[in-house]
Amino acid sequence: MKTFRIGGVHPEENKLSAGKKIEVMDLPKQAIFPLSQHIGAPAVPCVAKGALVKVGTKIADAGGFVSAPIHSSVSGKVAKIDTVIDASGYRKPAIIIDVDGDEWEPSIDRSTNIVHDTPLEPKEIVARIQEAGIVGMGGACFPAHVKLSPRTPVDVVIINAVECEPYLTADHSLMMEKSEEILIGVNLIMKAVGVKKAYIAIENNKPDAIALMQEKAKGFVGIEVCPLRVKYPQGGEKQLIDAVVNRQVPNPPALPADVGAIVQNVGTAFAIYEAVMKNKPLFERVVTVTGKSVAEPKNLLTRMGTPMSMLIEKAGGMPEDTGKVIGGGPMMGKALLNTDVPVCKGSSGILLMTEKESLRGEAQPCIRCSKCVTVCPMGLEPYLLQKLSEHTEWERAEAEQIMTCIECGSCQFTCPAHRPLLDWIRMGKGTVGGIIRARAAKS
Amino acid sequence: MNVILVAVIALGVLGLVLAAVLFLIAKKFAVEEDPRIAQVAEVLPQANCGGCGFPGCGGFAEACVKAAGEGSLEGKLCPVGGQPVMEKVAEILGMTAEAGEQRVAVVRCNGTCANRPRTVQYDGVHTCRIAHNTAGGETGCFFGCLGCGDCVAACPFDAIHMNPETGLPEVDETKCTACGACTKACPRNIIELRPMGKKGRRMVVRCVNKEKGPVAKKACAAACIGCGKCVKTCEFEAITLENNLAYIDPTKCRLCRKCEEACPQGSIIAMNFPPRKPKAEAPVAPNADAAAPAVEPVQVVIPTVETAPKEASENPSL
Amino acid sequence: MSNKLKVSLSPHVHSGDSIRRNMDWVVVALLPAMLWSFYVFGLGAVIVTLTSVASCMLFEWAINKYILKNNKTTLSDGSAIVTGLLLAFNLPSNLPLYIIIMGALFAIGVGKMSFGGLGNNIFNPALLGRVFLLISFPVKMTTWPEPHQQNPFVYADATTGATPLADLQGANLGDLFFGNIGGSLGEVSALLLLVGFVILLIAKVISWHIPVSILCSAFVFGVVFYIIQGKMPFADICLLSLKHLLAGGMMLGAVFMATDYVTSPMTHKGMLIYGACIGFLVVCIRLFGSYPEGMSFAILIMNGFTPLINNACKPKRFAKEVKK
Repeated sequence: MKTFRIGGVHPEENKLSAGKKIEVMDLPKQAIFPLSQHIGAPAVPCVAKGALVKVGTKIADAGGFVSAPIHSSVSGKVAKIDTVIDASGYRKPAIIIDVDGDEWEPSIDRSTNIVHDTPLEPKEIVARIQEAGIVGMGGACFPAHVKLSPRTPVDVVIINAVECEPYLTADHSLMMEKSEEILIGVNLIMKAVGVKKAYIAIENNKPDAIALMQEKAKGFVGIEVCPLRVKYPQGGEKQLIDAVVNRQVPNPPALPADVGAIVQNVGTAFAIYEAVMKNKPLFERVVTVTGKSVAEPKNLLTRMGTPMSMLIEKAGGMPEDTGKVIGGGPMMGKALLNTDVPVCKGSSGILLMTEKESLRGEAQPCIRCSKCVTVCPMGLEPYLLQKLSEHTEWERAEAEQIMTCIECGSCQFTCPAHRPLLDWIRMGKGTVGGIIRARAAKS
Repeated sequence: MNVILVAVIALGVLGLVLAAVLFLIAKKFAVEEDPRIAQVAEVLPQANCGGCGFPGCGGFAEACVKAAGEGSLEGKLCPVGGQPVMEKVAEILGMTAEAGEQRVAVVRCNGTCANRPRTVQYDGVHTCRIAHNTAGGETGCFFGCLGCGDCVAACPFDAIHMNPETGLPEVDETKCTACGACTKACPRNIIELRPMGKKGRRMVVRCVNKEKGPVAKKACAAACIGCGKCVKTCEFEAITLENNLAYIDPTKCRLCRKCEEACPQGSIIAMNFPPRKPKAEAPVAPNADAAAPAVEPVQVVIPTVETAPKEASENPSL
Repeated sequence: MSNKLKVSLSPHVHSGDSIRRNMDWVVVALLPAMLWSFYVFGLGAVIVTLTSVASCMLFEWAINKYILKNNKTTLSDGSAIVTGLLLAFNLPSNLPLYIIIMGALFAIGVGKMSFGGLGNNIFNPALLGRVFLLISFPVKMTTWPEPHQQNPFVYADATTGATPLADLQGANLGDLFFGNIGGSLGEVSALLLLVGFVILLIAKVISWHIPVSILCSAFVFGVVFYIIQGKMPFADICLLSLKHLLAGGMMLGAVFMATDYVTSPMTHKGMLIYGACIGFLVVCIRLFGSYPEGMSFAILIMNGFTPLINNACKPKRFAKEVKK
């Protein structure tokens, strides 16, 4: 069974909502659309206060090439353009829409029949994807059309259905219910970049999804399901390429395309299908609501902009002893400041942790057990980078390749002394990145 | 006998040869150093605190000599020795020391526990640098003090301390040398070096929140809401309003205290002023002052007139 | 909501591993050899072990409380117990109590706390304690009670003998392996120490690199040196080198001493180099040095080189090799 070569950990899987059918979430009373839901320039609002919008109406234009437009997921009236606290924990500008009814843009094909073929040319496909505001739906939110316009020739597409984060099952449930659509989406990606071979990478803790996708993939040329051994952080782009096609992407500024590979999330493939075949922009996604204390863990098809508190309510309400609410999975997700944060394009899950689970262990001195070095998937020395960051030795930290850290958290997860390794490394990475940019700007 | 003789001769010859080698090396690799550097270093306090921004007193002496060569000692100040030492330095270098303005660190946040309710609990490393990276911090204000005390740890003169009641750092103005270590340590640029002012008196907007009024007010009762009343009140054009935040230019401020009265939020604080009209019925203990609601800062007074200036300088957080 | 939400950076889960867990497993892995030593040496072994562990814990607590003035005790992480046990494993079973206590004081006070406590020491504290005693009390430290005394309850006046290392050729391979020989407490049974090694491997407390590289390199260099001396047939040389692995502190050192987290290198490559150097040094000291036993010196010397090894041996970085 394939997996990536260096490091990795195996957190408890806790896939509580696995096997649960996708339920359709109710409409919110008010929907909030932060303008930076993706990596790159924030979107620019193209509606004014008081404007009437329908489901699928574009409300914000892309702010540049590396950016994506935003579409309304509800019909109603633009209440205001204001700042709200989003999932990043900071206050960012957003469009707020008061919901009124559920009127869709007439151009969207709402029928359930599956469309298999399109006469569109590759360039037109990419254009549609760009226009539909599709971004990587695994969490990083990198605009999909940028990835689909590679600088160098590409020979393989890898579909990331690994879902290596514990608890999350959004991709799993999507594969179980929309396998045909996903495969057509993969076909579209292949056509868009002119590639003959695609792998769908699935960890083997989802045998049902592997079997189903293998069965359905028989009807498609060049698409192969690639089962992988369960290991975190397999869903990391670099680790996934290493695991599936055994190629290692060099350090930035190199991109996956430089080794001839493009990685897209399985949710993105589905969104691409809907955008190209059904003319439906990206305004809803599957969100897992889960946690050991949650009454009914669920996979919910949710409109963007719905406050997370509504989803928690739907899953049985917020338990009394909730200590932490996490947007995303437990390894890389962000702890939320409040539950009014809206669901965004990258929100794969909401995880509630009890008071007891959410408290960190007390940090003890580093005993140099080298476990962090062993598990680091990038071959770094987290204990050293942490100390260098703490003591602001930026030059040495840069020499020790702090910038290649992917912030997967394996080191901190495994540290027997409960040291906050990644907290420091992340801070150091930010500072060193700033120093490097300043140096580049000077020269 | 013979053995001793051989040993003595051998060692003696070895010593001579090595001495010659050392002598030659010292000659060949001698570094010409400006003798004034040593002279300047002599008058410096030799505390090697780094408060001047140079690596120790030696580094500062070198920098001073270099700056003198370029014609001006401007910006060079030994915070420990102060003006007297700088005059001596200037004398050695044959220049006149400009009367450098004495400055002091000012904490521009009044988000006490009472003013700024905690909305979440931060459970990461207890340092501002990381708390600042985590999210907006423990309160609704994303600009204000994080309260982890990086400035306290950075201060080489023990001049800044956390007040456990307010959760904010307080500057001990008698100890502060304006070295700027705390301003660099603060990830939110809350601490500013401002001119000491006459008798230590100065007007400060104790807020750095750039949010719009309602948002800022919701997060903190003492936040500047950017209403602009102070700007209109000021007769000397010393106050500017940018990004919903007022700023008092210390070089223009004439300490008339009108803006303090005009501010509806009590964000403008008059520091080290003698009490205006001592109110006999409201004797507030100095320690409780900072925690007291800042809506009526006029009440924040020290009861007796005689001791007021002295005590005020000891409690700079008023 | 009544209670405030907690906010911290990811990751939000932890493996549940702890320093305490690792230390507990080391103690468990030491148990078989310890029980065997109780059986072989009787009451003396029990007294030595208890004294050593108790005094190590006491000194750690006292230094923390009265000299470093830490309010928090560090006893609960279990490292003092491990140091105490390992120190006891390095002592003869008839050692007077005051010597043991001095050893514990040196191990904890100088070897560990003076560097700043757990995680900061350069040298393995238990070994420092042992070497301190070895230099201070050479005779008492190098005469060991014979195994299986007539009366298992004698302590100070047991009949003693020299280390089997002094006459390795005469020693029986089986006795060495199963532990029917004189020696320090923990050096006796190579078999049970190997059982401990397996326990540590299964519990994922240590990796195999250091012990295996030490034993391999000691064997290889033993063979090489004996061949250079050229006095024996090859089969005898191999047998003698094998006995070297089983006798003295070799096994104990390779499995429990050299693998000490704090004082060993961080990367697998570094661990292999470190282990190979220890193996080489042990053989050198044993064959050419004035001490019959060289394990503790070899490990301490390499402890000193650990920072250098850490600097020189970086882990294999991602994408350092050819990209396709």
